[in-house]
Amino acid sequence: MTARLGAHLRENGMLMALVAIVLFFTVVVQLTLGVDFLSAQNITNLFLQNSYVIIMALGMLLVIVAGHIDLSIGSVVGFTGAVAAVLTVNMGLPVYVVIPAVLFVGMLIGAAQGYWIAYWRIPSFIVTLAGMLVFRGLTLWLLNGQNIGPFPKSFQSLSTGFIPDVFGVDKPNMTALAIVVLAALVIIFISWRARKSDVTFGIAPEPMIMFAIRNLIVAAALIFVGYKLATFRGLPNVVIVLSILTIVYAFFTENTVMGRRIYALGGNEKAAKLSGIKTDRLVFLTFVNMGVLAALAGMIVAARLNSATPKAGGGFELDVIAAVFIGGASMSGGVGKIIGVVVGALIMGVMNNGMSILGIGIDYQQVIKGLVLLAAVIFDVYNKNK
Amino acid sequence: MAALLEMRGITKVFPGVRALDNVTLTVEEGEIHAICGENGAGKSTLMKVLSGIYPHGSYDGEIIYDGAVLANRSIRDSEAKGIIIIHQELALVPLLSIAENLFLGNEVAGKSSLGRGVISWPETFQKTERLLAKVGLTDAPTTKVEKLGVGKQQLIEIAKALAKNVRLLILDEPTAALQENDSQKLLDLLLELKAQGVTSIIISHKLNEINRVADRVTVIRDGASISTLDKADITEDRIIRDMVGRDMANRYPARTSNVGEVLLEVQDWNVWHPEQAGRQMIKNVALNVRRGEIVGIPGLMGTGRTELAMSLFGRSYGKNISGQVKMAGRAVDCSTVSSAIAAGLSYVTEDRKSLGLVLEEPIVRNISLANLEGVSTRGVLDARRETQVADSYRDQLAIRTPSVFQKVVNLSGGNQQKVVLSKWLFTDPQVLILDEPTRGIDVGAKFEIYSIMNDLADQGRGVLMISSEMPELLGMCDRIYVMNEGAIVGELTRAEASQEKIMALILTGKETQTKNGGENGRKTKGRAA
Repeated sequence: MTARLGAHLRENGMLMALVAIVLFFTVVVQLTLGVDFLSAQNITNLFLQNSYVIIMALGMLLVIVAGHIDLSIGSVVGFTGAVAAVLTVNMGLPVYVVIPAVLFVGMLIGAAQGYWIAYWRIPSFIVTLAGMLVFRGLTLWLLNGQNIGPFPKSFQSLSTGFIPDVFGVDKPNMTALAIVVLAALVIIFISWRARKSDVTFGIAPEPMIMFAIRNLIVAAALIFVGYKLATFRGLPNVVIVLSILTIVYAFFTENTVMGRRIYALGGNEKAAKLSGIKTDRLVFLTFVNMGVLAALAGMIVAARLNSATPKAGGGFELDVIAAVFIGGASMSGGVGKIIGVVVGALIMGVMNNGMSILGIGIDYQQVIKGLVLLAAVIFDVYNKNK
Repeated sequence: MAALLEMRGITKVFPGVRALDNVTLTVEEGEIHAICGENGAGKSTLMKVLSGIYPHGSYDGEIIYDGAVLANRSIRDSEAKGIIIIHQELALVPLLSIAENLFLGNEVAGKSSLGRGVISWPETFQKTERLLAKVGLTDAPTTKVEKLGVGKQQLIEIAKALAKNVRLLILDEPTAALQENDSQKLLDLLLELKAQGVTSIIISHKLNEINRVADRVTVIRDGASISTLDKADITEDRIIRDMVGRDMANRYPARTSNVGEVLLEVQDWNVWHPEQAGRQMIKNVALNVRRGEIVGIPGLMGTGRTELAMSLFGRSYGKNISGQVKMAGRAVDCSTVSSAIAAGLSYVTEDRKSLGLVLEEPIVRNISLANLEGVSTRGVLDARRETQVADSYRDQLAIRTPSVFQKVVNLSGGNQQKVVLSKWLFTDPQVLILDEPTRGIDVGAKFEIYSIMNDLADQGRGVLMISSEMPELLGMCDRIYVMNEGAIVGELTRAEASQEKIMALILTGKETQTKNGGENGRKTKGRAA
């Protein structure tokens, strides 16, 4: 019993680590600065600052599960942001034209890189390293080395907009609260059903205590965050986009034929191929998908900064890749979960935010983030070898 | 002549298997000693004991080498004493030059004015040229090994052994991957080395070669040394009899076969090597499998049977593939794996770990992998249906596991094989090609796999079974095609098939081919009387 409880604890280890990190910063920030780390404004900031990492991490998980890597996404963020700026600011196109157009550009970029990786078997590390240089260069060329901005309000709302309150109570924002409570109930209902189906299939279910604690934490955290947001400016648009994408990708990876095939391909490409799976096409599509998500992130980043800059997105690929590995994906492919990746991205985000508030220098921040990544992966490997 | 090597009472036990049982082998100084035996008889294990891959202490018995007890702890120990083994799969680094390969791990260094650890290239090249001359090669020492054909690479391996001052050279099926004239060159070289005083042990299946070079032959069967024959007593009949003779009663489940119409028919099948241009791997193969029939293809390494099977199954092997495939009289497309599956074909690979299973995934996911459409609706998986399917195969094939959610990596070989079979059964195939279906699994599980095969035939499916264990083919098959060097050299019914006849067909088929110049595979197709 204790051994099994231990196993489940490890499975939820990263979620526990996230909770611990949040509590740590809450206490330390309160004690040293007398400021509330979990203030409504800071929570809003947390989401606005990290949305792009989570969005791209969803696509990167698929790439990594398929046994590949994409180093170009930081540059693609810069480039697609620049394209959006040229279309919106210089050419005056409306937002409902610009968004699909930029997503299409992202798709083409993903296809261009995926083509060489999937059909020519050029290692993804090399193709996307080339892409990293090419798209950074193209960003500079497109922007002529300068910033382009500001964006019209309609485009900015991609990042800084909030869901309007339909109940008209003002504060707290009842729409936000209602959505969050509903979401918490749905999550509890879904995991309850999953547990029940485990039992009918004869899989040893998670112990009841573990199940209750986990769901309680998730629901409480969700409602707490929602309440805080409601007392500030409501639910940011980005959070809605993020939540929908997370649910869609979680469903895709766990419940669809195509998602399953990507895991099989990453687990053993030759066996997958001999089972009739078109592995080349799947690899190609994961890169196309990555390109589209990078373009979405590119627009969100540009909207948040309210301008396209030549340096936008620099180094993002490393944050995203780190989030995926912290979230439990395996370098060799075939392993990793969407929920893990979201938690991994939040860990990185909370640490960035907390350390900045504490005024820790960028030098130490990098060292600490690096060590956390290493520790998370060592923890994973250690558990597997046990 | 005195004995250079005496192995006495060698016994080596693996968990559950007695691989070697009281084996005795005596090799005289300066002779070429051949070792014969079926696949799995224990030849390679014996050589691994001798060369220190299985260290002293991990086996019972005694090895006397050059008058002293040999207690090797590693392959380095045995190499220091001049015992050098050349494995079937060559151990050369393709991207390094001949010279670099010859002295790999044994570099010519230390005498240079630059000090220890610095390679002296002039001396290396000089020595390389001397060694190459000994094995009859004229290639430049700087040539990359990948540029050389398999025959020359084999000679480089021997030169490498010579560089280490070899006294006892062990060759594990050295000519298996070689073409006729390369084989001849290699055998000539062995005779020449013998004249220079090098003792050799050669493991070979090719009895004509043994006849040509060997001074004595030791036959091994089921992990025991059966006989040692002197030159005068070496005849193919005698060797085959010693290799074969064993009790086959009750090792195979009984079946009354009920053979129907032709299901799978292959005509004019030609396949070329995927990398080596101009090397034809499959030559004009024609075969058929009927409903309710188990058809066998025996053969040892290099006969082309796996290449044939994989090229049929979605062109997973080779290039420039030509020929027709018919299922139940209708031409079908087998150009991709998915179309081959749709046509009703399944291929159970000989290498289940690297080609058949996703080891880190649970049983349930492995079983559904080739037919995810069968457990989904419009692209969305139905976990309940998937589990029911897996559970039902678990019961049907008696996969021993606490639950279908176990990772397959944790299963035994026999249970893993049943998972692979389940995967293919779930695609509802008409014809199953089983490549070495009982390799690496224990006797009890073998019987279960045989029973499953009989069930498949009784259900009206066709089974094409590839195996290097001849007794298993004789015990299971209604009909046997004999292949050699990519061509079918004979066809035997259950009544006419015997191990001796198959061996004879492989040997004579090969000889016919050399007489015909090997240009037309069809001419070599002889029927055994």
